[in-house]
Amino acid sequence: MKLYQAKVTVTLRKSILDVQGKTVEHALHSLHMPALSNVRIGKHIELSVHAPDKDRAFELADDACKKLLTNPVMEDYSIEIFEPSTNGVPA
Amino acid sequence: MKVGVVTFPGSNCDADARYASQLIGAEVVQLWHKDPSIPSDLDLVILPGGFSFGDYLRTGAIARFSPIMPSVVEFANRGGLVVGICNGFQILCETGLLPGALIRNENLSFICKDVHLRIENTQTAFTSAAEQNVLRIPIAHGDGRYTASPEVIDELERTGRVLFRYVNEGGEQTPNANPNGSMNDIAGIINERGNVMGMMPHPERAIEPLLGSDDGMAVFASMAAYVNALSETTA
Repeated sequence: MKLYQAKVTVTLRKSILDVQGKTVEHALHSLHMPALSNVRIGKHIELSVHAPDKDRAFELADDACKKLLTNPVMEDYSIEIFEPSTNGVPA
Repeated sequence: MKVGVVTFPGSNCDADARYASQLIGAEVVQLWHKDPSIPSDLDLVILPGGFSFGDYLRTGAIARFSPIMPSVVEFANRGGLVVGICNGFQILCETGLLPGALIRNENLSFICKDVHLRIENTQTAFTSAAEQNVLRIPIAHGDGRYTASPEVIDELERTGRVLFRYVNEGGEQTPNANPNGSMNDIAGIINERGNVMGMMPHPERAIEPLLGSDDGMAVFASMAAYVNALSETTA
């Protein structure tokens, strides 16, 4: 067993208006940064995962996303799995 | 009539829901989220408003896994009346007893004010005794924007399952009358079978003229009428 690190990114589904993102985008534009657009605000969740290999670690994190961490009605998510020794570089 | 009101950590409208239930002559049972089951002779379960588990992660996301919830789902599947108000509505959506989700208000603000609701279907257990078409009832939420896929919205509309819609005082849908950006101005819905209802406004906070409105009694009186009619047929 190894202790993997999982990083989960949760955002509102593209079809749903992200009002926080829109508000921040307006603020950026009023700060004279017109080059920036399509601001999306989401959640970042970090987990440690006990698993024999990276695939199993992904499965366990994916299961957690489906059961609790995200709501598929309104959210999309992505998962990155890291080996603890790689200092944040994907395994 | 016997009503169970579930208290979660962070519920803050449970006492109001119990009080409103007493006004319709119900025997009221206080339920705790860790109860492994609910009494077998309940007629109605209310999931009250509040901020269960601090709204952490998502509203209602953690409450739906409370130990009492499997028996609430089973009760609903047997045809028992289940009502979710505000946070209770959010919990019912997370549980899957109602479709869709409640997300952050369009203006990002917590809104606490009276709104007007038009009853869109009077042939339900929650609206049949309403004497008026438009109710004035308060809302108090930050995450009340009803959202669902176009297919779900279409089905709700076609099958008369949109129960309450935000309107102006005259009963008309206008952009200003929708406080939170809900799709199709939806404030409350029912499930396919018609025994599970969720609404963001708080009928239990509008039950006496002293509170500014007693329009919320329409919902409680309807449920009492439904339960009483049911017990007469089975007696």
